[in-house]
Amino acid sequence: MTIGSVPVRFRITVDGSRCMLCGRCVENCPYDVFRKESDTIHVNSRKCVACHRCIAMCPRDAISIKERPVDYRSHPVWTEEARESIYNQARTGKIILAGMGNAKPYPVIFDSLVLDACQVTNPSIDPLREPMELRTYIGKKPGRLEFRDDGDCQSLVTTLAPNLELATPIMVGHMSYGAISLNAQKSIAMAVRESGTFMGTGEGGLHPSLYPFQDHVIVQVASGRFGVDINYLERGAAIEIKIGQGAKPGIGGHLPGEKVCEDVSSTRMIPVGSDAISPAPHHDIYSIEDLKQLVRSLKEATEWKKPVFVKIAAVHNSAAIAAGIARSSADAVVIDGFRGGTGAAPRVFRDHVGIPIEAAVASVDAKLRSQGIRNEVSIIASGGIRESADVAKVIALGADAVYIGTAALVAMGCRVCGTCYRGLCPWGIATQRPDLVARLDPEVASRNVANLIHAWTLELSELMGAAGINSIESLRGNRDRLRGYLLDESIMRVLDVKPVGA
Amino acid sequence: MCGIIAVIDRAGCPMDGTKIRSALSMMDERGSGEGAGYAVYGAFPEFADYYAIHVFFDAVHESKAAVDRELGNWGTVVHEEEVPTYENRNIRKVHTPWRYFFKPDPSLMPRSETPEDDIVMHLVMKINTTIPGALVYASGKNVAIFKASGWPEDVADFYRIQDYSGYIWLAHNRYPTNTPGWWGGAHPFNLLGWSVVHNGEITSYGTNRRFIESYGYRCTMYTDTEVVAYLFDLLVRRHGLSPEMAVKALAPPFWDDIDRMDKKERTLYTAIRLAYGSAMMNGPFAIVVAQRDGIVGFTDRIKLRPLVCGTAGSRLYISSEEAAIRTMEPGLEEVFMPRAGEPVIGRLGK
Repeated sequence: MTIGSVPVRFRITVDGSRCMLCGRCVENCPYDVFRKESDTIHVNSRKCVACHRCIAMCPRDAISIKERPVDYRSHPVWTEEARESIYNQARTGKIILAGMGNAKPYPVIFDSLVLDACQVTNPSIDPLREPMELRTYIGKKPGRLEFRDDGDCQSLVTTLAPNLELATPIMVGHMSYGAISLNAQKSIAMAVRESGTFMGTGEGGLHPSLYPFQDHVIVQVASGRFGVDINYLERGAAIEIKIGQGAKPGIGGHLPGEKVCEDVSSTRMIPVGSDAISPAPHHDIYSIEDLKQLVRSLKEATEWKKPVFVKIAAVHNSAAIAAGIARSSADAVVIDGFRGGTGAAPRVFRDHVGIPIEAAVASVDAKLRSQGIRNEVSIIASGGIRESADVAKVIALGADAVYIGTAALVAMGCRVCGTCYRGLCPWGIATQRPDLVARLDPEVASRNVANLIHAWTLELSELMGAAGINSIESLRGNRDRLRGYLLDESIMRVLDVKPVGA
Repeated sequence: MCGIIAVIDRAGCPMDGTKIRSALSMMDERGSGEGAGYAVYGAFPEFADYYAIHVFFDAVHESKAAVDRELGNWGTVVHEEEVPTYENRNIRKVHTPWRYFFKPDPSLMPRSETPEDDIVMHLVMKINTTIPGALVYASGKNVAIFKASGWPEDVADFYRIQDYSGYIWLAHNRYPTNTPGWWGGAHPFNLLGWSVVHNGEITSYGTNRRFIESYGYRCTMYTDTEVVAYLFDLLVRRHGLSPEMAVKALAPPFWDDIDRMDKKERTLYTAIRLAYGSAMMNGPFAIVVAQRDGIVGFTDRIKLRPLVCGTAGSRLYISSEEAAIRTMEPGLEEVFMPRAGEPVIGRLGK
């Protein structure tokens, strides 16, 4: 009792004059906040995580949630978070787990960048009347073309490496079966197939019910090698080697045994109920030349028919690392910024390790260009892409395409409560409990995700048209069409953008 | 806005600068009197084998020694002179134009297939980025560039372009938005044998510049047009593309059209778009590029700037306006307007 109870984080109140005692809140809350006794709903606010499931399901808008109703005495240094972490660790002696992406109030660089539009000297292009090309190819491009002179015409000698063809530069990143439910994966798979784009499997294998979508699936090989066999590799449209993740650079992964049900076990190829622990490094990759061997082994295994991506977390030296990856035979490098989401990460990593995607993409693109190897790899940006403007800005900074993760989950109902690691997601997304998974209808959720991709694609077309650009490759790396708004000079130098008004 | 006109005599017969002066002046409506220029191929028959390096000096006594030293390090200057100019009350002579006839020493650039061109390119980039007060604005063999801030007729009179003859002329009447009043910003832009006149604004400039700079070119003129000269130099001279293919890389067909092509063509255009996506030019433009043996005119992929062509005998004209062509050649045999992104090519001897 030294520490005692800490202030409650959320206070739930049920307005008795509105409540009709239907009990939906009781049914829907997997955290047992609500209890119905005779003609009253009793609440235990301390259990609430603010997932908003009850709010969404209450037919009478009777429930309200107040954040921090009794707060700590305010202090600019000893924030409530700092104090609460100490109480927590004083009690447990453990590493604190957290979900989703970085929760520190670092400034978002995207929000200090503004886009350009045409006025007078060049006309803006109306995407409703003129063609607007968002088609994107991900993979190795020739640095130059070789032609043979056949009398009057030239014929092409260069052969093209396999590339993924995307109808829009927006893909859905890797979230494994295990971290998210099968219904969530199916919803995403249906959406990307409809949108002409791709999704990642994460390190969780490929469940047979996703086989029909395999042409739109990028399979992942991570340090635990879960779910990897030749069948898996051959089914993927591309293969991604995961070195690191933006939410937790430098460490591995951990799927708790409780989430390893029969189905997850057979898809991951691990025993039921066992913890799936991915080590921090790949045990066959201790340097860049080892990575090259793995890239080439995977290509050899799949007869050089599939692009191989390498995903790294955005860290201080990303640019040099990416230059090494570009020389490894890899076809694309995925850079995952420090806002990237996760089911579970140590809080200290989520909040303190890695760099923002904006700076990482800018420095990787500049480094590859300065070495003349930009065509060797595509750049996929991920981690903290929240809207179509972020997509436009990160492409203008040098990316070829983006992975979205959290945004796709939000489109399926996720409220970003950040409690994924408990496996009780009331939206049926980050859980394996059958009754909760059943809440997510893939027919409906896939429509929501497809709508989101479609809407962002439309907005991207409009932004490009306004900038007088009718093809996505003319936006890529076109930092002249960005301006920094109240960004400091050193970060503008990294981004290679001018300030507003310049 | 801006107005452009180009002519080639495919039989190689020389034309003096009188008519093109009238044609360009005819399009004064398209300019603002702040920049005009002319290029002529075949201008220096007595020095045809030497690179005609044109330099604008802010002050000859301050910067010329450094330029002389650079040139001396890489080859021999066989002749040099101040470009003759004639007092004109509408032109303030803020620079002294100078021309060197230069022979590079190829042994200084081993392991290059085109050592002389590479030396000259290196010199241009070096002088323009490191010697203050000196700007190389032309560097081709047997090609003269005349440009300044002023109306077309004044610039023509300032240099007396009627005293020069050649088988290709390019001319440009500028309505500047980026860098008004700067002589270096006037067209034509030239690098080695390439000269460019351009009407429009390249919205993909940031992408194009980063692409071309990764091949060792340095953009120093503060305007978008110079990348066109560099892109042609890279694609045609260094990568060996035909001028037709180079145009297809800079203004490629739409994917929808590529999807409808037969397999061989589809592969070709897909390869072009994949390899040279960052070279593709976006935004409104009409451009004429000249080289020793011909000219090519083309527009952006949706033709947001005018381009019209005419022929008479061995002469091919390309211009922003038909009226300008008719000023030069009242007896046109054919007039046509090329489709968006389609190159119009005039070759010497064809």
